[in-house]
Amino acid sequence: MGELANIFIKSAFIENLALSYFLGMCSFLAVSKSVKTAFGLGLAVIFVLGITMPINWLINTYLLSDTGIFGQDFTFLRLILFIAVIASMVQLVEMVVEKFSPSLYNSLGIFLPLITVNCAILGGSLFMVSKEYNFAESVSFGLGGGFGWFLAIVAIAAIREKIKYSAVPPALRGLGMAFMLTGLMGLAFMGLMGIDLSSF
Amino acid sequence: MAETTVAVKKEASFSFGKKERKLLTDPLNDNNPITVQVLGICSALAVTTLFNKALVMSIAVVVVTAFASLFTSLLRNSIPKQVRMIVQLVIIASLVTIVELTLKGFFYPMYKELSVFIGLIITNCIVMGRLEAFAMANTPYKSLLDGIGNGVGYGVILLIVAAIRELFGKGSLAGVKIIGPTDEYLIDTTTSFVFGWYEPNNLMVLFPSAMFVIGALIWAHRAWNKKLVDIS
Repeated sequence: MGELANIFIKSAFIENLALSYFLGMCSFLAVSKSVKTAFGLGLAVIFVLGITMPINWLINTYLLSDTGIFGQDFTFLRLILFIAVIASMVQLVEMVVEKFSPSLYNSLGIFLPLITVNCAILGGSLFMVSKEYNFAESVSFGLGGGFGWFLAIVAIAAIREKIKYSAVPPALRGLGMAFMLTGLMGLAFMGLMGIDLSSF
Repeated sequence: MAETTVAVKKEASFSFGKKERKLLTDPLNDNNPITVQVLGICSALAVTTLFNKALVMSIAVVVVTAFASLFTSLLRNSIPKQVRMIVQLVIIASLVTIVELTLKGFFYPMYKELSVFIGLIITNCIVMGRLEAFAMANTPYKSLLDGIGNGVGYGVILLIVAAIRELFGKGSLAGVKIIGPTDEYLIDTTTSFVFGWYEPNNLMVLFPSAMFVIGALIWAHRAWNKKLVDIS
């Protein structure tokens, strides 16, 4: 249990997908203009990362590796299969949410299709492969990574809402300032480095 | 629909005039993928710690954007609207797999260093963005030029950022020591003597500095090219 908690904390804070690997930066910078929309996108990312990570683990372990059911090394198909799983999962999640919770669908609606091309999702799956996690660990990594991304985008959106009222040099306004702020937040998150919960 | 296709096909030629040149040079300045369109930041920043890494990454992205645009444009009249995302993703994913396996086969140390970031070219928004915005509506030759232009525009920024970070973070450029104390790294102390007092700044190698460098580049670019200033 301590090991899983450790992976969760580590992927959420120390190896934050947005702030230390720069994954999902396109939507991170584009959608972080207001807290409300950032909140919606963040929730959707947690959801999709938490679902696709275990599925991709199963595919990678039982279909693609040479110890799987085919007994052949199919790892060259990994990228295509992972992106196909992510695209279809996003589509599926969109349909399910639309059917069972129209209010949530209306608040998330436009962000769901965007998530397919969010690098944090595919990046998370590729990191999971290169770190050789087992099934439970990959679930924990997916949820933790999603939570970290959610935290980062909500925090940056809150700062950007406030900084509208500051006297920023005209050429730095908007995009330039967003980059500087993300850098500063990355510095802050580096202060959490070295936390280890595996001994609990 | 059929008539417009015929008309477009008649116009298509392989001349290299003003319009074609604009397709290539526009992404370098007025419509730069990174500093203006803000596309493809995702996989870009993590590879800019070393110049060589950034160079390989840029070449890979130019190849993928160019050919993805070309193939999508060739297929554009037979792709149904509803499934175009999946079709585009499959085209990009196959190209990226080719690039990845080539690197793995011929440049294994570089492949190890770039790790997951080569795979992440699939979700690089530049590729997808250009396919949606340009290749789905233009002829193959123009799309190829547009793909190359955008890939190069992205690569140029990547190389500038990588050069700044490696020079000030490690005191070297493309692995060759240029500034900084000599006795620590070099056996041959005669090749590196300029700025011997300079102590390499480790912050430049860490993640946040990429953000600061790109932020400063955007600042400089907009101060120079006034029409890009964000008024909102």
